[in-house]
Amino acid sequence: MTQVTCVVCEGQVTLPEGAMEGEILLCGDCGTELELVRLDPPAVEEAPQVQEDWGE
Amino acid sequence: MLRILFTRLRQEEKLLLEAARRLGLDVALEDVKDRVWGGVGADDDVYLCRCIGHGQNLALARHLEGQGRRVVNPASVMELCGDKLATTAALEAASIAQPAYRLALSEEGALAAAEEIGYPAVFKPVTGSWGRLLAKVNDREAAEAVIEHKAHLGAHHQIFYVQEYVEKSGSDVRAFVVGGEPICAIRRESAHWITNTARGGRASNQVVAGELEELLRRVHGAVGGDFLAVDLFGTDSGWLVNEVNDGAEFRNSIAPTGVDIPEAVVRHCAGLGR
Repeated sequence: MTQVTCVVCEGQVTLPEGAMEGEILLCGDCGTELELVRLDPPAVEEAPQVQEDWGE
Repeated sequence: MLRILFTRLRQEEKLLLEAARRLGLDVALEDVKDRVWGGVGADDDVYLCRCIGHGQNLALARHLEGQGRRVVNPASVMELCGDKLATTAALEAASIAQPAYRLALSEEGALAAAEEIGYPAVFKPVTGSWGRLLAKVNDREAAEAVIEHKAHLGAHHQIFYVQEYVEKSGSDVRAFVVGGEPICAIRRESAHWITNTARGGRASNQVVAGELEELLRRVHGAVGGDFLAVDLFGTDSGWLVNEVNDGAEFRNSIAPTGVDIPEAVVRHCAGLGR
């Protein structure tokens, strides 16, 4: 079970099976959306905030 | 090759990749948000543009098409679907029924538009998604408040799109059209008047046949495109087309319909290769 440290609260976030670079993870401790920017070793950054024209 | 371009990896892009791999297609999933574009010659690849920002997606599609590449959806379709007023105009030109609306260009005009449509009225931004900044306005005082707030939201919000509120008994329909063929639909139910599954609406299967199927073909005829998601209201006097989306999310629609939407999309894309 691979884990990565939240860049906001330093909580441990578990990577889902088959995780891919660019995927969004949710920190269970602080609720921050994290972008998985690297897989090996895993690293995350705060995901960009939703913009006005995001969506379908 | 099929290139699936994204700026934020959603479940949809992963499902598209998995479907393409299952079909044995030559496919690449590419994070494009930090890439520099231009200066590269044309190729025979098909570009499935799935950037989450509509403006970025459209910019990329225009650029790629300018270089002679085949983009899904075409930029012209993104333009139509990304602007509520452009969609409305295209549907109106094709005599496709939709909720009554009024367009206004000033705060005074917006209030008059709401009065003309009658209450409740729905104020919609001409761009946007996921039900963001929709406002159901129940009376004149509420309309005045919403209009005053919109006046501070920037130039996009100075184009006032006011739509009649359609009583839909707690549900509406989202239908998917791939390559001009209606493939499936869901009925979305919610206690809230906004039924988007992105906002917690529940989905069940909606049979696509007869009048609905024919209407969806007409919508595709009016808008074009490779992959559309069409939102409709069922009323006593027939179907009304509410919105047409060019960058559809579909994760919540596969299980209720039993239709492999991502596979249908990548299969269609594979057929576009030159």
